[in-house]
Amino acid sequence: MIRFFDVDRVIPFMRYGKVTTTISLATFFFAVWALWAKGLNLGVDFTGGTVMEVEYSQPAHLDKIRGSLEAAGFNEIVVQNFGTSKDVLIRLPAEKAATAAQVSNRVMDTLKAQSADVSLKKVDFVGPQVGKELYDSGALALFVVAIGIMLYLAIRFEWRFAVSGMIANAHDVVIILGLFAFFQWEFTLTVLAGVLAILGYSVNESVVVFDRIRENIRKMRKAEIPDLIDHAITQTFSRTIITHLSTQIMVLAMLFFGGEALHNFALALTIGIMFGIYSSVLVASPLLLMLGVKREHFLRDETPKEGVTADGAQV
Amino acid sequence: MNRFPLWKYLLIGLTLIVSFLYTLPNFFGEVPAVQISPLKSTEKADEALLRQAMAAVNAVGIKNEDGFIDGNSVKLRFASTDEQLKAKDALQAALGARNTVALNLLSASPSWLTAIGAKPMYLGLDLRGGVHFLLQVDMNAALERKMIGYQGDIRTELRGEKIRYGRLARESKSIVVEFATRDQRDVAIEKIGNTIADLKLAEKDEADKFILTATLTPEAEKRVQEAAVKQNIQTLGNRVNELGVAEPVIQQQGLDRVVVQLPGVQDTAKAKDILGRTATLEIRLVDEEADLSAATAGQIPLGDELYQSRDGMPILVKKDVALTGDSITDAAPGFDQQTNRPAVHVNLDGKGARIFKDVTRENVGRRMAILLIERGQTEVITAPTIQEEIGGGRVQITGMESPQEASDVALLLRAGALAAPMTIVEERTVGPSMGRENIDKGFNSNIWGFMAVVAFMVFYYRAFGLISSAALAVNGFFLIALLSMLQATLTLPGMAAIALTLGMAIDANVLINERIREELRSGATPQAAIHAGYDRAWGTILDSNLTTLIAGIALFWLGSGPVRGFAVVLCLGILTSMFSAVTVSRAMVNLSYGRKARLASVSI
Repeated sequence: MIRFFDVDRVIPFMRYGKVTTTISLATFFFAVWALWAKGLNLGVDFTGGTVMEVEYSQPAHLDKIRGSLEAAGFNEIVVQNFGTSKDVLIRLPAEKAATAAQVSNRVMDTLKAQSADVSLKKVDFVGPQVGKELYDSGALALFVVAIGIMLYLAIRFEWRFAVSGMIANAHDVVIILGLFAFFQWEFTLTVLAGVLAILGYSVNESVVVFDRIRENIRKMRKAEIPDLIDHAITQTFSRTIITHLSTQIMVLAMLFFGGEALHNFALALTIGIMFGIYSSVLVASPLLLMLGVKREHFLRDETPKEGVTADGAQV
Repeated sequence: MNRFPLWKYLLIGLTLIVSFLYTLPNFFGEVPAVQISPLKSTEKADEALLRQAMAAVNAVGIKNEDGFIDGNSVKLRFASTDEQLKAKDALQAALGARNTVALNLLSASPSWLTAIGAKPMYLGLDLRGGVHFLLQVDMNAALERKMIGYQGDIRTELRGEKIRYGRLARESKSIVVEFATRDQRDVAIEKIGNTIADLKLAEKDEADKFILTATLTPEAEKRVQEAAVKQNIQTLGNRVNELGVAEPVIQQQGLDRVVVQLPGVQDTAKAKDILGRTATLEIRLVDEEADLSAATAGQIPLGDELYQSRDGMPILVKKDVALTGDSITDAAPGFDQQTNRPAVHVNLDGKGARIFKDVTRENVGRRMAILLIERGQTEVITAPTIQEEIGGGRVQITGMESPQEASDVALLLRAGALAAPMTIVEERTVGPSMGRENIDKGFNSNIWGFMAVVAFMVFYYRAFGLISSAALAVNGFFLIALLSMLQATLTLPGMAAIALTLGMAIDANVLINERIREELRSGATPQAAIHAGYDRAWGTILDSNLTTLIAGIALFWLGSGPVRGFAVVLCLGILTSMFSAVTVSRAMVNLSYGRKARLASVSI
């Protein structure tokens, strides 16, 4: 039997609670600072505007392309290589005019006039109004997912679990967003989908640990709560690492083979998976302890009449 | 204890066979095809059309037996793209007048698979190439246009009833009529109220006049807006038919938006141009009494508008619209018989013909302007003098610069006017090569990721790793089969979601395997350990998957476009993984280990 982790010795995770909380807070505040100071580099999906990908049969001269577009009256344009030296990405700001959708046609005409061997690979045009709506519905989705998961945890476990699970998750999401802000990676609709998937995935992580804590509470009658939690984390640790490793393998395959379209998506997932391990073990569980989880919250089998605990929490 | 009853094995076997069959069509690829659909919805694609199509193709030397009727179109498959293009030209010439002839790609899977309803997944635009437009309907313009119509109706009504009125004008979305006496207004209110139920009439008294203001009732306003979107969708449908697209999607989205998806369209500039054009025709009288030089200096008389005619001369046209393009039933390009100049021949419907007859009778000797309104620009095409009363609803419009322009204008008038102008508020265009590239990228990510996970699982868990990997592969089959059965749209984010769910699905098996190891460590017999492992892991698997499912459902509910495709696959993947990871893997374990009464060791 191959074993990466020595599970016979219980690791006293809870004893390091202060240290890990400090580390978490530090990364969290760094992420918040990055978001505040630099802001997300929102993609065309959210800001509105036009992004075009064109392909040349020869390596493209970016300066010439930029020059001819500027001569044709396009301002504030970004022209850069994309993937290879033959692929060019052109970014144009949002226009208010009703003819904004024609911008990509005019750009293409200009490029064709300059060099005939150019072909259009992709156009994304988003009007300012639609961009704003996508932004709003994205934010709403984030909120709805968070509330839905909290409700589920509160019903399946107990409110303390819901709160600590959610804080651990919010921590992950904020760190993903913070890193995207810090490095100014482009934040698109697809990346948002990745962030939301991480929200579900990372809670899943906390759930596995919580499940064990609940089981241990029922089985290990004499143990103290911090010991119980240590036990639960240690018992599930091997699984945590292996599961994340396999998910990460798939995500890495996307990062390497998925091309530019999936690159930032895979990046968001990678950060989410890394911090998902950390937060479920070292954020959610200490929080559970701080919130004062007690054995009585789960022993309703023994005390069937006590539906409501002393502090009013429904069990 | 680790045995399933026979029916469970049979059931699992059956699901495996079914999912394998429904996955199959995805591996056959696609062949070039041509699709012929009747333009008019009253005509059906039938055997006769199929025979005509076959004959037309055979006539140009392509031997083709592979044609069939599918829904309301006839489809012909070809061996090569060359044959396809040649056949399309032949079919366009033979059948193009009454049908849309479009290039398409059809599944190459054998007919017995198609017969049991096994079709390949529907590929999204980012995988097959094409254009996606989101168009916003200008509702204010739709309402204003409706009020222009009512303005004419009110005038007709008041004149018909011989009620004297002062000013009659439209101010944005309301019509204001001024009367000299209260009695005149009272009669007018009664008459208008009786004939036009959609208007809300309000009274207001001023020092020397009695004012009547008509606005649309809220119900009528809603009806107008709904009708506007509906008519625009109809018109877009007609225009898309002229473009020749195989499987266009034209749908309402929200209250005032329309989604248009044109798979496989390569000339996006032309598509955009045709869709975005809003040409309508208006016939109005020329104001010849007013002072033209004063008007050009900026003093435009009330109730008039100043335009330029084609020869650059200023022309004063009354604001009141005699007739709009809505009354046009048909328009065809042609030539004026006397001057031989390009012209458009327009047929009017009954009501339009009547109005046109009245207007021409009452205004013999005056000039009538024909205005073309396109992309917010109004242009006076021609302003001929009315020689005589014109009945019969047949009108010839000259003043076109070229035969090409005449045929463009005819197409736009024939394909129907938009009830309200539309603007493109979102566009996603993916070139065909890009689509192919995206499929390869998505496929490669999945294959390489899957192989790496299998290698790792087998290395770490040995026999149980192999079983877990097999369960994972089965999950992949289930997922693709389900997507094919539902004909869900697969997008690049959807392919990413397949990879992600495969990565996450292994979690269930890891949970089970770790549990079995744990039980073994604490001294359970192998059989008991397997049993307890599956038993105890189930609760955790359920909990952890449901949280991800919540995220998936919210994504589907609130997401749009690519995000939705991602969400569909994520949700389905979670459901299939619970079955494959728990039940299918258990069946494999039971088959390989469960028979032995006493098991010395397990390979885990």
